[in-house]
Amino acid sequence: MAVVVICFGILASRFFYLQFKRYDYYQTLAESNRISLVPIVPNRGLILDRNGVILANNFFVYTLEITPSKLKDVEATINDLSRFVEISTADRKQFKKLRQQSHNFESVPIRTHLNEVEAAKFAVNRYRFPGVEIKSRLFRHYPQGKLGSHFLGYIGRMNDKDLDSLSDSGDLSNYKGSDHIGKSGLEQSYEKNLHGTTGFQQVEIDADGHAVRVLSSTAPIPGNNLVLAIDSKLQSIVEEAFGDHRGALVAINPKNGEVLAYVSMPTFDPNLFVDGIDTDSWKELNDSLDKPLINRPLRGLYPPGSTFKPFVAMAGLENGKREPPFSISDPGFYILPGSPHRYRDWKPTGHGMVDIQRAITISCDTFFYGLALDLGIDRLTSFVSHFGFGKKTGIDIDGEVSGLLPTPEWKYKRWKQRWFPGETIIVGIGQGYTLVTPLQLAQATVALANNGTAIQPRLVSSIQDNLTGISRPQPVVDVDKVELQQKNIDIVRAGMIGVMQPGGTAAAAGLNSTYAIAAKTGSAQVVGIKQNEKYNASAISERHRDHALFIAYAPADDPKIAIAVIVENGGHGGSVAAPIARRAMDYYLLGKVPDKAPVMEELKPADAAAPTEDIHD
Amino acid sequence: MIRQLSKYLTRHIDSFLMGCLFFTLLVGLFVLYSASAQSMDRIIAQLFNIVAAFAALWLASNIPPQQMERVALPLYAVGMLMLIGVALFGEVSHGARRWLHVGFMRIQPSELMRIAVPLLLAWYFSRREATPQLRDHAIGAILLAIPVLFIMKQPDLGTSLLIAASGFYVLFLAGLNWRLILGAVVLGGASTPILWSLMHDYQKKRIEILFDPYQDPLGSGYHTIQATIALGSGGIAGKGWLHGTQSQLDFLPERTTDFIFAVFGEEFGLLGNLLLLLLFSLIIGRGLYIALHAQSTFSRLLAGSITLTFFTYIFVNIGMVSGILPVVGVPLPLISYGGTSLVMLMLGFGILMSIHTHKTLVAS
Repeated sequence: MAVVVICFGILASRFFYLQFKRYDYYQTLAESNRISLVPIVPNRGLILDRNGVILANNFFVYTLEITPSKLKDVEATINDLSRFVEISTADRKQFKKLRQQSHNFESVPIRTHLNEVEAAKFAVNRYRFPGVEIKSRLFRHYPQGKLGSHFLGYIGRMNDKDLDSLSDSGDLSNYKGSDHIGKSGLEQSYEKNLHGTTGFQQVEIDADGHAVRVLSSTAPIPGNNLVLAIDSKLQSIVEEAFGDHRGALVAINPKNGEVLAYVSMPTFDPNLFVDGIDTDSWKELNDSLDKPLINRPLRGLYPPGSTFKPFVAMAGLENGKREPPFSISDPGFYILPGSPHRYRDWKPTGHGMVDIQRAITISCDTFFYGLALDLGIDRLTSFVSHFGFGKKTGIDIDGEVSGLLPTPEWKYKRWKQRWFPGETIIVGIGQGYTLVTPLQLAQATVALANNGTAIQPRLVSSIQDNLTGISRPQPVVDVDKVELQQKNIDIVRAGMIGVMQPGGTAAAAGLNSTYAIAAKTGSAQVVGIKQNEKYNASAISERHRDHALFIAYAPADDPKIAIAVIVENGGHGGSVAAPIARRAMDYYLLGKVPDKAPVMEELKPADAAAPTEDIHD
Repeated sequence: MIRQLSKYLTRHIDSFLMGCLFFTLLVGLFVLYSASAQSMDRIIAQLFNIVAAFAALWLASNIPPQQMERVALPLYAVGMLMLIGVALFGEVSHGARRWLHVGFMRIQPSELMRIAVPLLLAWYFSRREATPQLRDHAIGAILLAIPVLFIMKQPDLGTSLLIAASGFYVLFLAGLNWRLILGAVVLGGASTPILWSLMHDYQKKRIEILFDPYQDPLGSGYHTIQATIALGSGGIAGKGWLHGTQSQLDFLPERTTDFIFAVFGEEFGLLGNLLLLLLFSLIIGRGLYIALHAQSTFSRLLAGSITLTFFTYIFVNIGMVSGILPVVGVPLPLISYGGTSLVMLMLGFGILMSIHTHKTLVAS
């Protein structure tokens, strides 16, 4: 009882304080000055490439806005407005949603992107519409269109999920007034940096809800700019080289992990998403067989095929296996002791005498079948995992998948089956369960170029404060390091340099190069080919053809660029993927700008037949 | 005939309490009309809520306390099962998992627990005659803590704290040692710095904003700032019904539900506020009177808990609107717009009336 009296006493004295003692203060606040707090949305940070080319910026757009508190009948006003300016049902829906999220005295857009004719039409009839006005709002724009849309990502309207996560992280009040948020790519992963801090104004409002004067204001702090490692010229050269092919290319500076090009083909225009994508465009993108919305470097999973061989070779040499002058005489197939099955080489007649360096250069399957079996699956996977296989690279955008480096434990967990020796054999040529993302393959190539040091790839090289102009460089992160002997490094490198020279599997792509390129071709089967059946590229429909793969670093003695390319259904790596990489390297190292035509499938060089790996079953 | 019917209907109604409730609800309708920008739809909807609430009150008043004792344990068990159900397959809405789909209905089990918890605890202590031991209080505290933690996890901080309060009142009225309570308070106070150091930055920030709303004028501080301006500018006599500038100009958020008191205070001023407090005090006083004169331990504990919980609602709501307590989602009883909470509230008053009017039956 006493507690009740005391508590009500507290409340009563609080009323006395607020309504009697400080009445004058609150009276002035409320009665003569009706104050409203209006958020001021900060400018979103820009995204620039390494040379200052703008990839994402903001621009002003005319919007038609309604202040609901000033109107008697909002619906009727919208109907009237639609006689002068086109207002779709989608616009109405959007308006309804936004209206629920905002205060009644705030204006809410009913139409965005008004063109000049529409703006003029409304201006003439403006007297009819008190409470409706034309405003300009900042919109996000991606001036390069389709270029690099997969790493850039896009912003979109905030939905309930975004609001929930903002409220969980305690950032909700900083998004008052903002209606967009990063949805994918860098726009999403660097949202905190790009958004900035919302400012606000204390505005005096008269009885009709009009702003009379600004009492105080706290300026917003614009978002930070992202300066990327990407070279947009290189990016566009590669995207053009792909032409109609689907696939991915990632180019990384092996010295510091900076991603120089990040290509996923086909690509799409991120501008479509900024204000909510319309159903038709969405259908077209989402239903396309080419799957343009898939972020291939990050999420595309492919068997590495023969591009895996340099890593297997390194595993062999470091474990003391197959050291030169060890050679095999290749009959064109490999037989697992005690099994009738023949593991075939891509060259049915065999390669003759092959040592480890030549095995890389000519992509000899038979050599690597035996090596993989001799190493054993555990030693093989634990060694190559230092190059990043089976692990996320840690690149600075979200949604990465980790690929798969199979082990007997994994297989038992997944399939409840034990591991068969035959499965070890095909891991030796990058087939079987092994899956990599193009990004992983590029990171592994970087580690190879770096003599064993794997670096985390990153798209953003520095974050620039928009007010002070001070740039904060992003740190270089070494993720793994495996000690390699110099003689083994030299052997593998020599084998890879041979790939681009006469007799190698990508000799055509290496013609007339002024710098040495260390490379490896590969192809990965899309459909299984039965035993005793022949692979015939022309007879197989285009989408069932092998994926073409290619990895390279150059110059071989002092690597400045490391590349991984995958061309889906591109046949074999030497013929399609390698020329794309060559163009990238020529531009990056020599400044050579190729003509715009996409890379055409080149005719088979006389001495480098199509390498098509064969797997059993 | 009509006389008989009306006699049947009012047999278990306490007219003093009924009169106070009726008058407060009427005040509530007037404030709601003003707060909803004179929306007749809102008034009609609230009238439906009131009718349903009175039906619940009437039903409860006709159930003798002995029968309530019998359903205490089953009701608690069902409520707990539903809470577990919510935690496992509850429907998520606005980031919280509070609702359970049962056939065509959507149930919020935490509302049921508001009655079930005090019922169960009153039942438990009524079976421990003489002075309950420390062990009984420990068991009572555990029975209370389980549903409270479940509801806190949903998350629904407001409801869980109020259920905790309603249970605590039973424990307290059952003779919980003062020194124990004091000890708990001191212990709680002493552990605050430790808790503070364990909290995330954003949690700390939220608590700081409770004490200084101007740190976050656009976010959670906005409510408090606007509500104190509305109250303070009301002055002694208020700006008059339908003439509150803050409320009419839409500065006040949630002004038909949790923040409706700011509208009241702005339009009716200090005098109105004190009168409303007086009205609430009459209801609380009557409730405590009923508790004091209850015949069984069960009835006494239950009536006391219901009344004090009602008081807690008022104190927490008005405290938060006038800026002396943190903002938690608690409506102002009998005034705020809303169906479920009103029905549960009136159910509680029905129980009070039942306790008061079924006495003679037991005595004879």
